[in-house]
Amino acid sequence: MTIRAATEDLILPSPGLPRAPGKTRGMFARGLEVFLENRLAIAGVIILAVVFAFCFLGPLLYHTDQVHVNLANENLPPGAGRPLGTDNNGYDILGRLMTGGQISLEVGLAAAVLATCLGTLWGAVAGYLGGVTDIVMMRVVDALLAIPTLFLALVVVSMFPPTETELILVIALTSWLSTSRLIRGEALSLRVRDYVQAMRVMGGGSVRAVLRHIAPNAVGTIVVNATFQVADAILLVVALSYLGLGIRPPQTDWGGMLNSGINSVYDGYWWQIFPAGIAIICVVIAINFIGDALRDAFEVRLQRR
Amino acid sequence: MTTLVEIEDLRTEIRLRRSVVRAVDGVSLSVAAGECLGIVGESGSGKTMTALSIMRLLPAGGAITGGRIRVAGTDVTALTDDAMRQVRGNAVGMVFQDPLTSLNPTMTIGDQIAESVLLHRGASRAAAMARAVEVLGLVGMPRPAERVGNYPHQLSGGMRQRVMIAMALACEPKLLIADEPTTALDVTIQKQILELIDSLRVKLGMAVILVTHDLGVIAGRADRVAVMYAGRIVETTTTEELFANPRHPYSEALFSALPEKAASETAGVTRLYNIPGQPPDLTAPPPGCKFAPRCRYTQSKCEELEPSLTNGGDSHEFRCFFPVGTAGGAPGSADVPAAASTERRQEHPLAPVAASGEEVELLRVDRLVKDFTVTAGAVLQRNVGVVSAVADVSFDVPRGSTFGLVGESGCGKTTIGRLIVGLEKPSGGRIFLGGEDVGRVSRRDRRRRARTVSLMFQDSYASMDPRMRVGTILREPLVIARDGSRSAQAARVAAMLDEVGLPAAAAQRYPHEFSGGQRQRLGLARALIAGPSLIVADEPVSALDVSIQAQILNLMRDLQREHGLTYLFISHDLSVVRYMADTIGVMYLGKLVETGPAAAVYSAPVHPYTKGLIETVPVADPAAERAREHRGVTGELPSARTPPSGCRFRTRCPRAQELCAVEEPPLRPFSDGSSTGAHQAACHFPLREPEPASAVEASRQSSA
Repeated sequence: MTIRAATEDLILPSPGLPRAPGKTRGMFARGLEVFLENRLAIAGVIILAVVFAFCFLGPLLYHTDQVHVNLANENLPPGAGRPLGTDNNGYDILGRLMTGGQISLEVGLAAAVLATCLGTLWGAVAGYLGGVTDIVMMRVVDALLAIPTLFLALVVVSMFPPTETELILVIALTSWLSTSRLIRGEALSLRVRDYVQAMRVMGGGSVRAVLRHIAPNAVGTIVVNATFQVADAILLVVALSYLGLGIRPPQTDWGGMLNSGINSVYDGYWWQIFPAGIAIICVVIAINFIGDALRDAFEVRLQRR
Repeated sequence: MTTLVEIEDLRTEIRLRRSVVRAVDGVSLSVAAGECLGIVGESGSGKTMTALSIMRLLPAGGAITGGRIRVAGTDVTALTDDAMRQVRGNAVGMVFQDPLTSLNPTMTIGDQIAESVLLHRGASRAAAMARAVEVLGLVGMPRPAERVGNYPHQLSGGMRQRVMIAMALACEPKLLIADEPTTALDVTIQKQILELIDSLRVKLGMAVILVTHDLGVIAGRADRVAVMYAGRIVETTTTEELFANPRHPYSEALFSALPEKAASETAGVTRLYNIPGQPPDLTAPPPGCKFAPRCRYTQSKCEELEPSLTNGGDSHEFRCFFPVGTAGGAPGSADVPAAASTERRQEHPLAPVAASGEEVELLRVDRLVKDFTVTAGAVLQRNVGVVSAVADVSFDVPRGSTFGLVGESGCGKTTIGRLIVGLEKPSGGRIFLGGEDVGRVSRRDRRRRARTVSLMFQDSYASMDPRMRVGTILREPLVIARDGSRSAQAARVAAMLDEVGLPAAAAQRYPHEFSGGQRQRLGLARALIAGPSLIVADEPVSALDVSIQAQILNLMRDLQREHGLTYLFISHDLSVVRYMADTIGVMYLGKLVETGPAAAVYSAPVHPYTKGLIETVPVADPAAERAREHRGVTGELPSARTPPSGCRFRTRCPRAQELCAVEEPPLRPFSDGSSTGAHQAACHFPLREPEPASAVEASRQSSA
């Protein structure tokens, strides 16, 4: 409070107009500058790029059979021709890491995008309209939040055979709730901001308020939340697959690989657990770094100094 | 007297992401036991950082990088954190600006006061609580034994500040640091709190460091004053000496920028002296005198060399080569800013255009009422009460004039502003704008109406979308009004920026790149761009420093003259309203209690509240300030949910009698010798006799 306010006093009054006149950079460029200052975020971007290249370009260079079970090759340790060994079905683990990664990443991204869209729309409408609409819409969210996510997912998955699309839908349907609450709160506070009031004094209407003022100012929250949703979605796929309710064989994802690897944990087949586990950890950490940096990048006040 | 606090060459820095702010740069001070030292300065001058350095409570990234602070002989900069904790709250007590955020909302006030006694005195819980009751009584809390069980939200702002002081005093400190103790409070409460601190200082014999931006607060309370600018002390002397004979050009300029000085002459209102420019950037302070770029006496030497503190006799020290009153410090030097001119303004700059009564009023507020319903429960929203924000208020504002609305917080002045611009719907009464009933205009006409009225916010930063460039923000009113092509709008923006004194390049920037004063200029530009005839300015300068405030007030004046604008100027600051307004309306708890020509209301108030308000405002004149003890408005504002019957002011009025509780006083005209009927007040027992009954009858009929 006092102490913070005092510091801001010292910082805020800029002497004259900073920098020479001329073309000034836009919000995006400034945000990018703050983002790039964050070393961890850059590490995150690099890790993510490497993982994507590995999963989607890797299979073009490294050909393996990921369809036919070959029990003759089961549980082989890493060696020549099979850098990460094979699993209990004789699939090459390096190759499997690539194809499994494709599914994990696809499901994670698609589910996060879907959940964010749904959640944002729901939350923004509830928050901006307020009143009875808000009350009804948010009670729906509360009711759904009362059901444990994993339980809901399990029920849905056990009713329908889990395909990739199926997984995306299930995860999106369970994870939009937190987004909608967040965005609703944001809309509630943005709605009464002085600049929205100022616009109303000028005679502007609701459409202008939402499109020109509320949405652009909520975009930071939306994007940051979306990145964390990606990480959460990937972990949820992993959890479902680990419980044996993920993608059906011969397809698999990283969670499925962990699941089959864990069965032979007492046999000392470490190569069946570590690669998938490390891949999951890397991707989730990378995404969280990026999300943190995005939060800073969207914070207007941090952009100047 | 013995020296209690001695600060030698203190340097405090705050590390930011990429730079270091030299918040305090070589400050030396001393405070004798039992003395009150005032530290004055604008925001960012380092006054708060100096105070926080004594407590070693610096914000994140802040550190004392040099110098020594001795409190009662101990160097606190060398103490360990544990030893420092023994100093805080024990030897030194501190009172912060905002009493609500400084108190823990989940603890009773008794527990919070007792906490420091428990920590420092090792007292038992019962003894600590007894001490809490004792100090609460000391700070003037009524029924302290009952109040110790209260939580902070159950108390008013003034009472919370009393609790803060009680906390600071619980361990009988030898030094009390009060950092802007009354800035968040109303003037009537401010006076009570300052008097309390003063009396406690005498009673307990402790020293006080009073940190404030308000010269008026310093004037009546401090024995000595240190004026700070850009992290340095630029002048230090006794209070009387500083006010009578300021030697540093900055101190002098601060005094000339005060609106009450400019408005005090009855013949007319002089233009305020405004200190050009802004305080320097403390991450890269300029070489030489820090004030040189804004000083009216600057010579080339000032920009190269930094003056040291020199003694001008009688312990009057100042940091200037050419102090005021010497040859170099005479305002005869070549480039005296034009703003220093004492160009006079007539009381009514734009004589009402038409003589016929109906035409001249731009704004007419007729028996305006606004009640807010208080609801409880999230779903059912039961109505549990009504807050009477505005109750039966009528006034007229002639075209081209300024109507100043003044009152304490919660008196309904802001609500009136919001009703006029259409952000709220009146519960009763009507608002006429240019003869047209605003309540009856259709939705389509609202857009048109929006072009005739605009609103200027107190916090102009919050009123601008942080993600929009200034050009877009300024264009928005035109875009909404569908006025002109894109290029025509851009041209209008550029012209407007020029008019408020900002470069055209500002249109490419974002609001956060501007300082407070520049943002208020932008706020004014936006309010003006659609060519309105009425601007409702809600506390437009109360967040600004004195020097910047003068710039904005002058600018508002200039623009009014150029564009023939009408202002509804809302402020809690009577001296600012007196300076700006032609007509003043004084509000109390939703009622207009007195209205009339600014000079008349200010110099010859009729309503006891107005008189009390005027007497409560601290004046930057030590002699006058000391002379008028124990007057002004006492007590606290009653709740607007259950306003007192009859006259709403009666609970705090020294003249109240039985009649006041029974019958609500009507507005009655009072003669000032000049214009009859213009000066009105609502009081049964006014300070002057009203006009004869015939006139009263006439006014009653007209209002009925």
